[in-house]
Amino acid sequence: MAYSDKVVDHYNNPRNVGSFGKDIVGVGTGLVGAPECGDVMKLQIKVNLDTGVIEDAKFKTFGCGSAIASSSLATEWLKGKTVDEAAKIKNTDIVNELKLPPVKIHCSVLAEDAIKAALSDYKEKHGSAAVTVASE
Amino acid sequence: MALKFPIFMDAQSTTPCDPRVVEAMMPYFTEKFGHPASRNHPFGWEAEAAVDAARARLAKLIGARDPKELVFTSGGTESINLALKGVAEMYREKGNHIVTTVIEQRASLDVCKKLERQGFEVTSVPVQPDGLVDVEEIRRAITDKTILISVMFANNEIGTIQDVAAIGKLAKEKGIIFHADATQAVGKIPVDVEAMGIDVLSCTAHLIYGPKGVGALYVRRKGPRVRIAAQMDGGGHERGMRSGTLPVPLIVGFGRAAEICQESMVEESKRLAKMRDRLQDMILSSVDEAFLNGRPDRRLAGNLNISFAYVEGESVLMGLNKETALSSGSACTSSTLEPSYVIAALGASAELAHSSIRFSLHRFNTDEEVEYVGQRTIEVIKRLRDMSPLYELAKEGVDLKSIKWKAE
Repeated sequence: MAYSDKVVDHYNNPRNVGSFGKDIVGVGTGLVGAPECGDVMKLQIKVNLDTGVIEDAKFKTFGCGSAIASSSLATEWLKGKTVDEAAKIKNTDIVNELKLPPVKIHCSVLAEDAIKAALSDYKEKHGSAAVTVASE
Repeated sequence: MALKFPIFMDAQSTTPCDPRVVEAMMPYFTEKFGHPASRNHPFGWEAEAAVDAARARLAKLIGARDPKELVFTSGGTESINLALKGVAEMYREKGNHIVTTVIEQRASLDVCKKLERQGFEVTSVPVQPDGLVDVEEIRRAITDKTILISVMFANNEIGTIQDVAAIGKLAKEKGIIFHADATQAVGKIPVDVEAMGIDVLSCTAHLIYGPKGVGALYVRRKGPRVRIAAQMDGGGHERGMRSGTLPVPLIVGFGRAAEICQESMVEESKRLAKMRDRLQDMILSSVDEAFLNGRPDRRLAGNLNISFAYVEGESVLMGLNKETALSSGSACTSSTLEPSYVIAALGASAELAHSSIRFSLHRFNTDEEVEYVGQRTIEVIKRLRDMSPLYELAKEGVDLKSIKWKAE
């Protein structure tokens, strides 16, 4: 299988690899996938509690090149978005951007799940302190 | 010597043609183009003589008594199809049960599935954690309806060499036909259909430095005489077992490849094993939680299969694929999304099945290539572990099994 240039680029130069301490204020962590399925993504956001803007994002991924690229791209897109804007990122956006073939669509689904899990962890931990611009 | 990229270490998927093989084939495309079944002119005689010579060389390589016991096919997949379907169809009056193993190659598994749909019963015996089949498991699986035992001689992923002679002995004792899928074994390790009690054997040219598109099926003629039902109807070539004009240039190449393998087998396996051992030592001494798959002392000389915990196989290949060709049991390299059933059959966790990498060395690999591939592999594993959440958790002392994973 040939990879798209964007997948190769994210694989070779992954953006925002790393971890935040889970207990740092403003951090939300999503851990999705399963080792036996061959894909695990950990995605973290660091939100400015005053503005609700995601100021930083980090990931670590166990998975194929497309899974690494999907999560790397997700962290790029998350930075600068509000938590509500972030919730609107769809797996199909990732598929289109990275030109993922059908067998790799599950990688983008997992990245969307990781975003959602990080957001919900953030909301859970920060509860009312968390600024939500518009409640859905 | 300067390295030439990309480096090929995927010789259990295919091999390059040996230049001596190509040289032998060349005249048969142009001047010596006759049809071996043309009995009435020199073009046909010349072609037939070339096919006979190749058949004799191959017969010698596998210890067949009579070259006539070899039927040329289009390759390993066709040989396996002809063997299993041909025996099943011919002996179905006698019984409908087939015994095989869980680590056979796809062609065998798929033919067995098809036969099951046609009313045959298939028992796939497990393998031990080292990849070896316990012959007693085969014995226990046999019923009075068993007509065929089919076992792969050497495994395509982990290189494990089965105790074929013991299985052959059991088959003789029970009066059951024994098919050995020797596509990975012939030309690399000693194969002797007489001494090992093999009745039907599949092999292919492209894994032994011959051309793609040609294989052979050995079908025993004496003690017992095995009959197989043709799966290709037509001119009745190959003693009626496989119709179709013989691809003379490919067969000549197969014969020459067999001859070279026979001459160089002892020396070549020593050289490959030495390079393989060096690669294995380099990697296992530098990478923690890397696990060798398959039984170390019953392995094809060029085979090395390692599972690297916490990194996924395809991502490893992606880090190397510009410069080195390897293969992985990872699901993501195939369209199935299922990880290697061979590694899984060894009792490894599914995670480790997703993490297996196969290095398979060949005649033309060099020591410099081994050093390079070993170093690069170590670097790539390290880089991927630095971005693996599983490695991070494991290093923090978290038991990965204690986590409730949310699968998609």
